[in-house]
Amino acid sequence: MDTTAIIGTKNKKGQVITDPRVMMNDAPRTPSFFTGSEVIKEAVKRANVDIMVAYPITPQSEAAALCGELFAEGYIGDYFRGESEFAVMSQCAGSAFGGARVFTTTAGPGTMRAMENFPMWAGSRLPIQCIVTCRGINSPLSIQPDTIEIAYLMNTGMLVWHAETAQDFYDWILKGYMVSEEPDVHLPLALCCDGFFVTHTKDVVGLTPAEMCLPPYDPYRSPVPCMDMECPPVRMMRDPFVMKSNYISYATHASWQQEVWAAAERSRKHTIAWLDGLIDVEDGDADILIISSGTAVSQGREAMRLLADEGVRVGLVKIKTLRPWPEEELREATKHASHIIVPEFNVIGWMAKEIKATIPNSERVVGGPRVCGGMTLPPEVIVEEVKKAIGMRSGVLAGRGG
Amino acid sequence: MSLDYVKFAPGFDTFMPKEYRDMVEQGPFGKKTTVSQMGSFKEILEEHPMCAGCAMTLFIRLAIVAFPNPEDTITVGTAGCGRLAISQAAIPFVYGNYGDQNGVASGLSRGLRIRFGDQPKDVVVMAGDGGTADIGFQQVLHSWFRRERFTTIMLDNEVYGNTGGQESGMTTRGAVLKMAPLGKKFEKMDMVSMAKIAGCAYIATVVPNNPRRVESCIKKAVLIAREVGPTYIQAYTSCNIEYAIPTDKVMEDAKTVEDDRYKFTEYVSEDAKAYLADRYGYKEFIQKPAAALTKV
Repeated sequence: MDTTAIIGTKNKKGQVITDPRVMMNDAPRTPSFFTGSEVIKEAVKRANVDIMVAYPITPQSEAAALCGELFAEGYIGDYFRGESEFAVMSQCAGSAFGGARVFTTTAGPGTMRAMENFPMWAGSRLPIQCIVTCRGINSPLSIQPDTIEIAYLMNTGMLVWHAETAQDFYDWILKGYMVSEEPDVHLPLALCCDGFFVTHTKDVVGLTPAEMCLPPYDPYRSPVPCMDMECPPVRMMRDPFVMKSNYISYATHASWQQEVWAAAERSRKHTIAWLDGLIDVEDGDADILIISSGTAVSQGREAMRLLADEGVRVGLVKIKTLRPWPEEELREATKHASHIIVPEFNVIGWMAKEIKATIPNSERVVGGPRVCGGMTLPPEVIVEEVKKAIGMRSGVLAGRGG
Repeated sequence: MSLDYVKFAPGFDTFMPKEYRDMVEQGPFGKKTTVSQMGSFKEILEEHPMCAGCAMTLFIRLAIVAFPNPEDTITVGTAGCGRLAISQAAIPFVYGNYGDQNGVASGLSRGLRIRFGDQPKDVVVMAGDGGTADIGFQQVLHSWFRRERFTTIMLDNEVYGNTGGQESGMTTRGAVLKMAPLGKKFEKMDMVSMAKIAGCAYIATVVPNNPRRVESCIKKAVLIAREVGPTYIQAYTSCNIEYAIPTDKVMEDAKTVEDDRYKFTEYVSEDAKAYLADRYGYKEFIQKPAAALTKV
């Protein structure tokens, strides 16, 4: 299918199929006051989604339900509820094998329950988009924000992006399809946000016109034979891949895994163009840097302001994509920094570990502050960590031994 | 839809191996073939790594020959012996994760309908008893409750054959197997009744030693699944290795089991009967005129 030939035509709902760059960069934006869940609905409305599979789990249930309204209104080709997250992701896989643009959402324990599917999606080169509204997954039970599940997603072969705001979320859902459906990428995307902080709070988001939509997915641009019965006999799985004691099968499987990761690497150029870089840097010349992703960036930004009031200059690096990981960008951004503070909403500090593994002189990296289990991350906690790192007396948090 | 995909690409004609050439020139694509012709045409499934005397392999061969439109069919499977053969057939095969074949098939069936509209694209799940009644049970049942339009075939060898002979939910009570050292403690799961309760429009139990019956069941199941609703076939496909059935006694065992506890049963919903009669001319389901019914 020649994508350019359908620009300007209408889809089944009557939306005008628009050049994605025109839609995302040039089209007028209407400021709208929405929750993050409503923003997901608004983005999907314009994404020309063929199939959405839903299953409830807090805090993504509302977004999944709102997408059902879109189906009722005719914006989505098919919509149904699966019987578990594992089933949902399997149904998404089948839908994508069938050549559909597929969307789904999950959170926390659901992400873990579905986990077997994510490497399969990547290995099968299915450009499914899954919204992950992060929450606690460990026991004792918490439904509050916690990004520990991202640590598991990062090694599935999927693209992993981490939105800070509802505006990021809106834009990246649409841009995500453009990147993940590129023939040299063709990988699933886990688009993460911090549950509740983004999904259940209202924000002003600039929305593109509802009468515009993305071009439909073209399965014939897939790098693996699509299931159309029109090309030579296709086997998505043959026994040599799994039969034991067969060096060739191991080599085949191993080389394919490398190809999946190479595809993620090839997404860099597309992602840089769409997201205007894999990271954003504010006051990058500062000696002290706060680096994070998601809403921890917002807290870091506020900590910057508080520290500036006290005469401490701090820079900020916002990491937008975790896969591909912005290695070169981080090395460049941190080359002058003496202290690197990494606030995170999880107990294990996966981001600090990734940064330490990326940059030289990693003793500069302060793995923290970290909050987990759904706790909030007050900017004062970040301020305290910065002061501690530079040996400055801290009186910010009364009762905490300033 | 065309049959171009089984033809040679221009320029490669002279380089095609004989097996491929035979399949293109003498295979069943685009033709009406029956099991009675087996051996006279190039089958879609030829080589496979199954054990000698495997009843499952015979059943899979019969099933594939019976597909109404092999060129319009995609099979879906999961871990198990059957997958080793099905994946060798010259039709697309999807292998997702352990036990998720009916979830994948649900999405696949819907995706193909969106993409191809009303053109029939048949999705057929073939998975073992472990994949269907145990690990995949939830997804199997829910696909039926949702009335997903594809066929589910259970290759019931009453054991986990591929992993070396462990008890499954479909093992008969009392059977001593690995992981059932004192004999299985509960009855074989009644998947047929569950299929009926869950709304399958066509259900059959078969054994592989009656090829024409297998063919008839598969054809009906696939045709009904196109428009009416989910269909289910449960086939006794013994594991001669784990149950120590001598190779030359496999068919004899199937006959004995059929006579004993695996009798042929067939359920066709009223909607499915009407559909087969109206759309495909199945005479046995054509409604008799009321006058003829009352005339004795």
